[in-house]
Amino acid sequence: MAQETPLSFDQIPGTYVFDGRRSRMGYPLNKMSAALNSPAERQAFQSDPEAFMERFGLTEEQREAVRTRDWLSMIKHGGNIYFAYKIGVMDGLTVQQVLAAMTGTSAEEFKEMMSNGGRQPNG
Amino acid sequence: MAEIVAGIGISHVPALGPAVDAAATGKDTNPLMKAFTDVGSWLSETKPDVLVVIYNDHGASFSFDLVPTFAIGAAESYLPADEGFGRPPLPEYPGDADLSWHIIDSVVPEGFDLTVCQSLDVDHGFSTPMKVLFGTPEAWPVKVIPLAVNVVQQPTPSAQRCYELGRAIGRALRSYPKDVRVAVIGTGGMSHQLQGERAGHINPDFDRRFLSEIANSPESLASLSNPEYINLAGSEGAELVMWLIMRGALDDDVETGLSGYVIPVANTAAGVVAMQNAASVKKADALQTAGR
Repeated sequence: MAQETPLSFDQIPGTYVFDGRRSRMGYPLNKMSAALNSPAERQAFQSDPEAFMERFGLTEEQREAVRTRDWLSMIKHGGNIYFAYKIGVMDGLTVQQVLAAMTGTSAEEFKEMMSNGGRQPNG
Repeated sequence: MAEIVAGIGISHVPALGPAVDAAATGKDTNPLMKAFTDVGSWLSETKPDVLVVIYNDHGASFSFDLVPTFAIGAAESYLPADEGFGRPPLPEYPGDADLSWHIIDSVVPEGFDLTVCQSLDVDHGFSTPMKVLFGTPEAWPVKVIPLAVNVVQQPTPSAQRCYELGRAIGRALRSYPKDVRVAVIGTGGMSHQLQGERAGHINPDFDRRFLSEIANSPESLASLSNPEYINLAGSEGAELVMWLIMRGALDDDVETGLSGYVIPVANTAAGVVAMQNAASVKKADALQTAGR
Protein backbone atom coordinates (compact mmCIF):
# COMPACT_ATOMS: atom_id res chain seq x y z
CA MET A 1 0.00 0.00 0.00
CA ALA A 2 1.34 3.43 -0.93
CA GLN A 3 2.29 5.48 2.11
CA GLU A 4 0.83 8.99 2.13
CA THR A 5 3.51 11.69 2.38
CA PRO A 6 2.79 13.92 5.36
CA LEU A 7 1.68 17.44 4.49
CA SER A 8 4.45 20.05 4.81
CA PHE A 9 4.23 23.80 5.53
CA ASP A 10 5.26 24.71 1.99
CA GLN A 11 2.36 22.80 0.44
CA ILE A 12 -0.32 25.07 1.89
CA PRO A 13 -1.45 27.48 -0.84
CA GLY A 14 -1.32 31.26 -0.30
CA THR A 15 0.19 30.82 3.15
CA TYR A 16 3.59 31.90 4.51
CA VAL A 17 3.92 29.72 7.58
CA PHE A 18 5.79 31.67 10.23
CA ASP A 19 8.58 29.25 11.01
CA GLY A 20 12.25 29.58 11.94
CA ARG A 21 13.25 30.65 8.44
CA ARG A 22 10.80 33.55 8.46
CA SER A 23 11.33 34.44 12.11
CA ARG A 24 15.08 34.80 11.49
CA MET A 25 14.54 36.82 8.32
CA GLY A 26 11.85 38.99 9.91
CA TYR A 27 13.53 39.56 13.27
CA PRO A 28 14.43 43.26 12.79
CA LEU A 29 11.03 44.08 11.28
CA ASN A 30 9.11 42.30 14.00
CA LYS A 31 11.33 43.70 16.75
CA MET A 32 10.63 47.20 15.44
CA SER A 33 6.90 46.47 15.38
CA ALA A 34 6.96 45.08 18.91
CA ALA A 35 8.47 48.39 20.08
CA LEU A 36 5.23 50.06 18.96
CA ASN A 37 3.51 48.70 22.08
CA SER A 38 5.00 51.75 23.81
CA PRO A 39 3.38 55.19 23.32
CA ALA A 40 6.80 56.92 23.17
CA GLU A 41 8.01 54.55 20.45
CA ARG A 42 4.80 55.03 18.47
CA GLN A 43 5.54 58.75 18.50
CA ALA A 44 9.17 58.15 17.49
CA PHE A 45 8.07 56.02 14.52
CA GLN A 46 5.58 58.61 13.38
CA SER A 47 7.95 61.54 13.62
CA ASP A 48 10.85 59.87 11.75
CA PRO A 49 10.07 56.44 10.28
CA GLU A 50 13.40 56.21 8.41
CA ALA A 51 15.45 56.76 11.55
CA PHE A 52 13.21 54.32 13.39
CA MET A 53 13.75 51.60 10.78
CA GLU A 54 17.48 52.31 10.77
CA ARG A 55 17.60 51.87 14.53
CA PHE A 56 16.22 48.34 14.23
CA GLY A 57 18.35 47.43 11.20
CA LEU A 58 15.61 46.52 8.76
CA THR A 59 16.73 45.24 5.35
CA GLU A 60 16.11 47.50 2.36
CA GLU A 61 13.25 45.21 1.19
CA GLN A 62 11.64 45.44 4.62
CA ARG A 63 12.03 49.23 4.69
CA GLU A 64 10.45 49.55 1.26
CA ALA A 65 7.58 47.29 2.32
CA VAL A 66 6.97 49.47 5.39
CA ARG A 67 7.27 52.74 3.41
CA THR A 68 4.73 51.60 0.83
CA ARG A 69 2.61 49.69 3.36
CA ASP A 70 3.00 46.62 1.18
CA TRP A 71 1.60 44.13 3.68
CA LEU A 72 2.17 41.05 1.53
CA SER A 73 5.79 42.05 1.03
CA MET A 74 6.18 42.47 4.81
CA ILE A 75 4.87 38.92 5.25
CA LYS A 76 7.14 37.59 2.50
CA HIS A 77 10.12 39.25 4.19
CA GLY A 78 9.47 37.63 7.52
CA GLY A 79 6.91 39.95 9.04
CA ASN A 80 4.36 38.35 11.33
CA ILE A 81 0.85 39.74 10.95
CA TYR A 82 0.27 40.35 14.66
CA PHE A 83 3.38 42.53 14.69
CA ALA A 84 2.98 44.13 11.25
CA TYR A 85 -0.57 45.13 12.17
CA LYS A 86 0.81 47.46 14.86
CA ILE A 87 1.99 49.63 11.95
CA GLY A 88 -1.54 49.49 10.54
CA VAL A 89 -2.94 50.58 13.92
CA MET A 90 -0.98 53.82 13.63
CA ASP A 91 -2.47 54.38 10.16
CA GLY A 92 -5.92 53.93 11.69
CA LEU A 93 -6.53 50.73 9.72
CA THR A 94 -8.61 47.75 10.78
CA VAL A 95 -7.20 44.23 10.37
CA GLN A 96 -9.75 43.77 7.61
CA GLN A 97 -8.45 46.78 5.66
CA VAL A 98 -4.92 45.40 5.97
CA LEU A 99 -6.04 41.98 4.73
CA ALA A 100 -7.93 43.51 1.82
CA ALA A 101 -4.81 45.42 0.79
CA MET A 102 -2.71 42.28 1.25
CA THR A 103 -4.89 40.31 -1.13
CA GLY A 104 -5.32 43.13 -3.64
CA THR A 105 -9.03 43.67 -3.11
CA SER A 106 -10.98 46.65 -1.88
CA ALA A 107 -12.08 46.77 1.74
CA GLU A 108 -15.70 46.52 0.59
CA GLU A 109 -15.02 43.43 -1.50
CA PHE A 110 -13.11 41.76 1.31
CA LYS A 111 -15.88 42.56 3.79
CA GLU A 112 -18.45 41.14 1.41
CA MET A 113 -16.43 37.98 0.95
CA MET A 114 -16.28 37.51 4.74
CA SER A 115 -20.01 38.20 5.14
CA ASN A 116 -20.69 35.58 2.47
CA GLY A 117 -18.84 32.94 4.46
CA GLY A 118 -15.22 33.86 3.81
CA ARG A 119 -12.74 32.38 1.39
CA GLN A 120 -13.76 28.75 1.04
CA PRO A 121 -11.18 25.96 1.25
CA ASN A 122 -9.69 25.41 -2.23
CA GLY A 123 -11.54 28.56 -3.31
CA MET B 1 -10.39 19.36 47.27
CA ALA B 2 -10.47 21.44 44.13
CA GLU B 3 -13.25 20.62 41.70
CA ILE B 4 -13.25 21.27 37.95
CA VAL B 5 -16.71 22.71 37.40
CA ALA B 6 -16.64 23.70 33.75
CA GLY B 7 -14.68 23.60 30.52
CA ILE B 8 -15.26 26.17 27.82
CA GLY B 9 -13.85 26.60 24.34
CA ILE B 10 -14.35 30.13 23.02
CA SER B 11 -12.98 32.39 20.28
CA HIS B 12 -10.92 35.41 21.30
CA VAL B 13 -11.17 37.68 18.24
CA PRO B 14 -11.38 41.29 19.55
CA ALA B 15 -14.54 42.04 17.51
CA LEU B 16 -16.39 39.33 19.44
CA GLY B 17 -16.87 41.64 22.46
CA PRO B 18 -18.65 44.41 20.49
CA ALA B 19 -20.59 41.79 18.47
CA VAL B 20 -21.93 40.16 21.63
CA ASP B 21 -22.81 43.59 23.08
CA ALA B 22 -24.64 44.51 19.87
CA ALA B 23 -26.65 41.29 20.06
CA ALA B 24 -27.47 41.82 23.74
CA THR B 25 -28.76 45.35 23.12
CA GLY B 26 -30.72 44.35 20.02
CA LYS B 27 -28.50 46.34 17.62
CA ASP B 28 -27.58 43.08 15.93
CA THR B 29 -30.40 40.62 15.43
CA ASN B 30 -28.27 37.57 14.60
CA PRO B 31 -29.78 34.95 16.96
CA LEU B 32 -26.58 32.87 16.79
CA MET B 33 -24.70 35.44 18.86
CA LYS B 34 -26.84 34.57 21.87
CA ALA B 35 -24.85 31.37 22.49
CA PHE B 36 -21.89 33.41 23.72
CA THR B 37 -23.87 35.30 26.39
CA ASP B 38 -25.72 32.10 27.32
CA VAL B 39 -22.41 30.34 27.97
CA GLY B 40 -21.36 33.31 30.14
CA SER B 41 -24.53 33.00 32.24
CA TRP B 42 -24.10 29.24 32.46
CA LEU B 43 -20.50 29.64 33.60
CA SER B 44 -21.54 32.06 36.35
CA GLU B 45 -24.09 29.49 37.55
CA THR B 46 -21.30 26.93 38.03
CA LYS B 47 -19.85 29.43 40.57
CA PRO B 48 -16.17 29.18 39.69
CA ASP B 49 -13.62 30.69 42.07
CA VAL B 50 -10.72 30.48 39.64
CA LEU B 51 -10.39 30.34 35.86
CA VAL B 52 -7.43 28.78 34.10
CA VAL B 53 -7.42 30.71 30.81
CA ILE B 54 -5.41 29.20 27.98
CA TYR B 55 -4.62 31.85 25.37
CA ASN B 56 -1.87 33.13 23.12
CA ASP B 57 -0.05 36.41 23.21
CA HIS B 58 -0.17 38.50 20.02
CA GLY B 59 3.09 40.39 20.34
CA ALA B 60 2.13 42.23 23.54
CA SER B 61 4.16 40.52 26.26
CA PHE B 62 6.35 38.23 24.15
CA SER B 63 8.19 39.31 21.02
CA PHE B 64 10.46 37.08 18.96
CA ASP B 65 13.24 37.95 21.41
CA LEU B 66 11.74 35.30 23.61
CA VAL B 67 9.08 32.74 22.71
CA PRO B 68 8.09 30.40 25.53
CA THR B 69 6.25 27.33 24.28
CA PHE B 70 4.07 27.24 27.40
CA ALA B 71 4.15 30.12 29.91
CA ILE B 72 2.06 30.23 33.08
CA GLY B 73 1.24 33.28 35.15
CA ALA B 74 2.19 33.00 38.83
CA ALA B 75 1.34 36.53 39.89
CA GLU B 76 -1.10 38.03 42.38
CA SER B 77 -2.58 40.14 39.57
CA TYR B 78 -2.32 40.77 35.82
CA LEU B 79 -2.73 43.97 33.84
CA PRO B 80 -4.39 44.24 30.42
CA ALA B 81 -1.60 44.90 27.91
CA ASP B 82 -1.02 47.83 25.55
CA GLU B 83 -1.07 46.15 22.13
CA GLY B 84 -0.52 49.37 20.20
CA PHE B 85 -3.79 51.14 21.08
CA GLY B 86 -2.97 52.11 24.65
CA ARG B 87 -3.82 50.06 27.73
CA PRO B 88 -7.51 49.05 27.54
CA PRO B 89 -9.77 50.42 30.30
CA LEU B 90 -10.38 47.09 32.04
CA PRO B 91 -9.96 46.22 35.70
CA GLU B 92 -6.83 44.30 36.53
CA TYR B 93 -7.24 40.57 36.88
CA PRO B 94 -6.72 39.08 40.35
CA GLY B 95 -4.45 36.03 40.29
CA ASP B 96 -4.23 32.92 42.41
CA ALA B 97 -0.49 32.48 42.80
CA ASP B 98 -0.93 29.56 45.24
CA LEU B 99 -2.80 27.52 42.66
CA SER B 100 -0.42 28.64 39.90
CA TRP B 101 2.51 27.27 41.89
CA HIS B 102 0.64 24.08 42.67
CA ILE B 103 0.16 23.53 38.92
CA ILE B 104 3.83 24.37 38.27
CA ASP B 105 5.02 22.04 41.05
CA SER B 106 2.79 19.27 39.69
CA VAL B 107 3.31 19.40 35.93
CA VAL B 108 7.00 20.38 35.57
CA PRO B 109 8.21 17.24 37.37
CA GLU B 110 5.93 15.29 35.03
CA GLY B 111 7.92 16.67 32.08
CA PHE B 112 5.87 19.71 31.03
CA ASP B 113 8.46 22.46 31.24
CA LEU B 114 6.41 25.59 31.79
CA THR B 115 7.96 29.06 31.75
CA VAL B 116 6.98 30.74 35.03
CA CYS B 117 5.91 34.40 34.87
CA GLN B 118 5.65 36.37 38.13
CA SER B 119 4.73 39.42 36.08
CA LEU B 120 2.66 39.17 32.92
CA ASP B 121 0.45 41.59 30.99
CA VAL B 122 -2.37 39.81 29.17
CA ASP B 123 -3.67 40.86 25.76
CA HIS B 124 -6.94 40.47 23.84
CA GLY B 125 -6.44 36.70 23.56
CA PHE B 126 -7.17 36.65 27.29
CA SER B 127 -9.36 39.73 27.73
CA THR B 128 -11.87 39.10 24.95
CA PRO B 129 -13.22 35.85 26.44
CA MET B 130 -13.31 37.47 29.89
CA LYS B 131 -15.42 40.36 28.53
CA VAL B 132 -17.70 38.02 26.61
CA LEU B 133 -18.23 35.71 29.59
CA PHE B 134 -18.51 38.34 32.37
CA GLY B 135 -19.20 41.67 30.66
CA THR B 136 -17.04 44.49 32.00
CA PRO B 137 -17.62 44.59 35.74
CA GLU B 138 -15.91 47.06 38.09
CA ALA B 139 -13.98 44.10 39.43
CA TRP B 140 -13.73 40.61 37.97
CA PRO B 141 -15.79 38.08 39.96
CA VAL B 142 -13.14 35.33 39.67
CA LYS B 143 -9.40 34.88 40.07
CA VAL B 144 -7.45 33.91 36.99
CA ILE B 145 -4.44 31.88 35.96
CA PRO B 146 -3.22 32.76 32.46
CA LEU B 147 -1.52 30.03 30.45
CA ALA B 148 0.08 31.42 27.29
CA VAL B 149 0.84 29.02 24.45
CA ASN B 150 3.09 29.71 21.48
CA VAL B 151 0.81 29.20 18.50
CA VAL B 152 2.54 31.90 16.45
CA GLN B 153 6.08 30.75 15.68
CA GLN B 154 6.51 27.24 14.31
CA PRO B 155 7.31 24.74 15.59
CA THR B 156 4.40 25.25 17.94
CA PRO B 157 3.46 22.48 20.37
CA SER B 158 1.52 19.73 18.64
CA ALA B 159 -2.15 19.16 19.29
CA GLN B 160 -1.21 15.89 20.99
CA ARG B 161 1.24 17.67 23.31
CA CYS B 162 -1.41 20.27 24.16
CA TYR B 163 -3.92 17.55 24.98
CA GLU B 164 -1.39 15.79 27.22
CA LEU B 165 -0.49 19.04 28.99
CA GLY B 166 -4.20 19.50 29.64
CA ARG B 167 -4.39 16.06 31.21
CA ALA B 168 -1.45 16.91 33.47
CA ILE B 169 -3.13 20.18 34.48
CA GLY B 170 -6.30 18.23 35.23
CA ARG B 171 -4.36 15.89 37.53
CA ALA B 172 -2.77 18.93 39.21
CA LEU B 173 -6.13 20.62 39.79
CA ARG B 174 -7.70 17.47 41.19
CA SER B 175 -4.82 17.08 43.66
CA TYR B 176 -5.09 20.65 45.02
CA PRO B 177 -6.03 20.40 48.69
CA LYS B 178 -8.06 23.64 48.91
CA ASP B 179 -11.79 23.63 48.21
CA VAL B 180 -11.85 25.79 45.12
CA ARG B 181 -14.08 25.57 42.09
CA VAL B 182 -12.07 25.82 38.88
CA ALA B 183 -13.20 26.41 35.31
CA VAL B 184 -10.83 25.87 32.41
CA ILE B 185 -11.18 28.10 29.36
CA GLY B 186 -9.53 27.27 26.05
CA THR B 187 -9.51 30.28 23.73
CA GLY B 188 -8.94 30.97 20.05
CA GLY B 189 -10.23 29.99 16.65
CA MET B 190 -12.18 29.03 14.89
CA SER B 191 -10.95 28.85 11.29
CA HIS B 192 -9.30 32.04 10.05
CA GLN B 193 -6.24 33.24 8.23
CA LEU B 194 -4.76 36.72 8.56
CA GLN B 195 -1.92 36.53 6.04
CA GLY B 196 -0.94 35.63 2.49
CA GLU B 197 -3.10 35.36 -0.59
CA ARG B 198 -5.34 32.92 1.26
CA ALA B 199 -6.25 35.56 3.91
CA GLY B 200 -9.94 35.28 4.75
CA HIS B 201 -9.88 31.46 4.67
CA ILE B 202 -12.87 29.95 6.50
CA ASN B 203 -13.55 26.21 6.75
CA PRO B 204 -17.00 25.55 8.22
CA ASP B 205 -16.77 21.77 7.67
CA PHE B 206 -13.63 21.56 9.78
CA ASP B 207 -15.02 23.93 12.43
CA ARG B 208 -18.18 21.85 12.78
CA ARG B 209 -16.14 18.68 13.02
CA PHE B 210 -13.99 20.31 15.72
CA LEU B 211 -17.05 21.49 17.68
CA SER B 212 -18.63 18.06 17.51
CA GLU B 213 -15.49 16.03 18.36
CA ILE B 214 -13.90 18.20 21.06
CA ALA B 215 -16.11 16.67 23.77
CA ASN B 216 -16.23 13.01 22.86
CA SER B 217 -13.43 12.27 20.38
CA PRO B 218 -10.62 14.66 21.36
CA GLU B 219 -8.02 12.01 20.42
CA SER B 220 -9.05 12.37 16.79
CA LEU B 221 -8.38 16.14 16.94
CA ALA B 222 -5.16 15.57 18.89
CA SER B 223 -3.84 13.30 16.14
CA LEU B 224 -3.75 16.04 13.48
CA SER B 225 -0.33 17.52 12.65
CA ASN B 226 0.55 21.23 12.71
CA PRO B 227 0.57 21.48 8.87
CA GLU B 228 -2.84 19.79 8.85
CA TYR B 229 -4.21 22.33 11.36
CA ILE B 230 -2.85 25.23 9.29
CA ASN B 231 -4.18 23.73 6.08
CA LEU B 232 -7.64 23.05 7.53
CA ALA B 233 -8.18 25.87 10.03
CA GLY B 234 -5.91 28.55 8.52
CA SER B 235 -2.55 29.91 9.68
CA GLU B 236 -4.17 31.68 12.64
CA GLY B 237 -7.05 29.22 13.13
CA ALA B 238 -4.40 26.63 14.01
CA GLU B 239 -4.55 28.17 17.51
CA LEU B 240 -7.53 25.85 18.08
CA VAL B 241 -5.06 23.38 19.61
CA MET B 242 -5.44 25.46 22.79
CA TRP B 243 -8.96 24.08 23.21
CA LEU B 244 -7.36 20.64 23.56
CA ILE B 245 -5.52 21.77 26.70
CA MET B 246 -8.89 22.68 28.19
CA ARG B 247 -10.39 19.39 27.05
CA GLY B 248 -7.50 17.39 28.48
CA ALA B 249 -8.03 18.95 31.91
CA LEU B 250 -11.54 17.52 32.11
CA ASP B 251 -12.45 13.87 32.70
CA ASP B 252 -12.58 11.44 29.76
CA ASP B 253 -16.34 11.37 30.13
CA VAL B 254 -17.93 14.79 29.67
CA GLU B 255 -21.33 16.16 28.79
CA THR B 256 -21.64 19.12 26.46
CA GLY B 257 -24.25 21.74 26.98
CA LEU B 258 -24.42 24.93 24.99
CA SER B 259 -22.51 25.53 21.82
CA GLY B 260 -22.62 28.06 19.02
CA TYR B 261 -20.97 28.92 15.72
CA VAL B 262 -21.05 32.18 13.75
CA ILE B 263 -19.48 33.33 10.45
CA PRO B 264 -18.03 35.89 10.37
CA VAL B 265 -16.96 37.87 13.38
CA ALA B 266 -14.66 40.37 11.63
CA ASN B 267 -12.37 38.01 9.71
CA THR B 268 -12.91 34.78 11.59
CA ALA B 269 -15.38 32.03 12.16
CA ALA B 270 -16.24 32.20 15.85
CA GLY B 271 -17.35 29.38 18.10
CA VAL B 272 -18.15 28.51 21.67
CA VAL B 273 -18.76 25.26 23.51
CA ALA B 274 -19.44 24.53 27.18
CA MET B 275 -18.89 21.18 28.84
CA GLN B 276 -18.85 19.58 32.25
CA ASN B 277 -17.48 16.36 33.69
CA ALA B 278 -20.22 13.74 33.43
CA ALA B 279 -19.56 12.75 37.05
CA SER B 280 -20.35 16.30 38.22
CA VAL B 281 -23.58 16.34 36.25
CA LYS B 282 -24.64 13.04 37.82
CA LYS B 283 -23.72 14.31 41.29
CA ALA B 284 -25.74 17.50 40.75
CA ASP B 285 -28.71 15.46 39.52
CA ALA B 286 -28.52 13.23 42.59
CA LEU B 287 -28.40 16.24 44.92
CA GLN B 288 -31.34 17.80 43.16
CA THR B 289 -33.35 14.57 43.45
CA ALA B 290 -32.45 14.21 47.13
CA GLY B 291 -33.48 17.82 47.77
CA ARG B 292 -36.94 17.39 46.30
